[in-house]
Amino acid sequence: MTGDLSLHIIISIFRITTAIVISLGIGIPIGLWLGLSKRADAVLSPVTYILYPIPKVAFLPLFMMLFGLGNSSKIILIISIIVFQIILTVRDGVKEIPTEYYYSVKTLGLNRWQIYRNMVIPAVFPKIISALRVSIGVSIATLFFSENFATTYGIGYFIMNCWVMVDYIQMFAGILAMSIMGIVIFKAIDLMERKLCPWI
Amino acid sequence: MINVRDLGVNYGNELALNNIDLDIPGNRTCAIIGPSGCGKTTLLYTIAGLLKPSAGKVLINDEEVQGARRETGVILQNGGLFPWKTVWDNVSLGLKVRKFDKSAINQKVAAILEELGILEHRNKYPTQLSAGQKQRVAIARALVLEPDLLLMDEASSALDAINRELIQNLILKLYKKNPITMVLVTHSIEEAVFLGQTIVIMKQAKINHKINNPYFGDEDIRSKSDYYNVCREVRELLRGEDEEQ
Ligand SMILES: Nc1ncnc2c1ncn2[C@@H]1O[C@H](COP(=O)(O)OP(=O)(O)O)[C@@H](O)[C@H]1O
Ligand SMILES: [Mg+2]
Repeated sequence: MTGDLSLHIIISIFRITTAIVISLGIGIPIGLWLGLSKRADAVLSPVTYILYPIPKVAFLPLFMMLFGLGNSSKIILIISIIVFQIILTVRDGVKEIPTEYYYSVKTLGLNRWQIYRNMVIPAVFPKIISALRVSIGVSIATLFFSENFATTYGIGYFIMNCWVMVDYIQMFAGILAMSIMGIVIFKAIDLMERKLCPWI
Repeated sequence: MINVRDLGVNYGNELALNNIDLDIPGNRTCAIIGPSGCGKTTLLYTIAGLLKPSAGKVLINDEEVQGARRETGVILQNGGLFPWKTVWDNVSLGLKVRKFDKSAINQKVAAILEELGILEHRNKYPTQLSAGQKQRVAIARALVLEPDLLLMDEASSALDAINRELIQNLILKLYKKNPITMVLVTHSIEEAVFLGQTIVIMKQAKINHKINNPYFGDEDIRSKSDYYNVCREVRELLRGEDEEQ
């Protein structure tokens, strides 16, 4: 018996949202740093370019060895996909801030922290939201893949298990639930955009 | 008040300003006019402390300008308003970082928005405003800090003819009510003659002429022939430069 579908969905949503939150927490500061410091950009961006295009699913066995079979390795796998997208988006967003905004904050007398708060963060925020939207699709696909290994929870596990058990009705219910999960995540991002970027 | 001494500014190898000398007395207005690319914005931004000179210096009240000065208000070419802040938040930002208390901020911002006729738009974002309204917000954002020097880069060039005259009238009215030193950059002869007590004519990184404008300050000047005489004089000086080439 695979258990209650809603439980599996909740676990999958937990894994994905944890991964998103951690990715933002890591990606935004690094992206800001790369965008504002030429030296950091020169040193670290090539590293990002090397890591970014590697298909991260190839790392799942490695992550399971390093971080255990539980939630951590699955969450870290998703982070390893989203975080680069966030870093590069934030970095480019910072570089694209028009010079006139820098002149504005200078003439108004803002200090470093006030510049971050009033100019840099709001200028890159809409771009972060777009980066999130783009990476959600890949994240769900990766989650589905990772939930086929070493777990008995998650929507990926649920669907594959129903398939093996020849329980097609449950299997289709799982697929439907997964697309609803996608809608919910996208709607949550839309809501976040409307709340946090009301000027758009 | 402003003394520009032997000023030079480069962008890489390109010389944008060369041997500029200019004195602007306190509480007077100075219009800088010249063709596009002659270095007007560069001169204004160097006076603002936003660009560093590669030669010479700018003195304001006998002190060398080393960076943005607190008492200098700047209106950037496209206003430089933050699209993510409402009219109110754009205008109050400078007061907030100067640590005014909340009631003082509310009172000052409301007063300046009222004076410029944009109080009703206080909760709008810049994208929801017309070009003329945006320019008023930019003016309010600079004036609310009560600067002793106001620098304006093409304050009215983005506007249609009617709004352009309205903004020019507004600037003159504000100046007459509270005369502070004003330096405005423009490529419009009419604007230079309407708003400049002194008119400085630039050409390719240099100042070529300085003329006094005795008719400055008359709001109805546009309907008088003296105005057109000064305009003609400026036009001939600007054109004369072309013929020398
Ligand atoms: N950021 C910049 N980098 C390189 N060259 C610049 C830059 N800004 C202006 N210039 C050059 O300096 C000259 C003067 O520019 P500017 O002061 O903007 O002229 P104006 O405001 O009179 O139109 C122009 O030839 C322009 O191409
Ligand atoms: Mg210019």
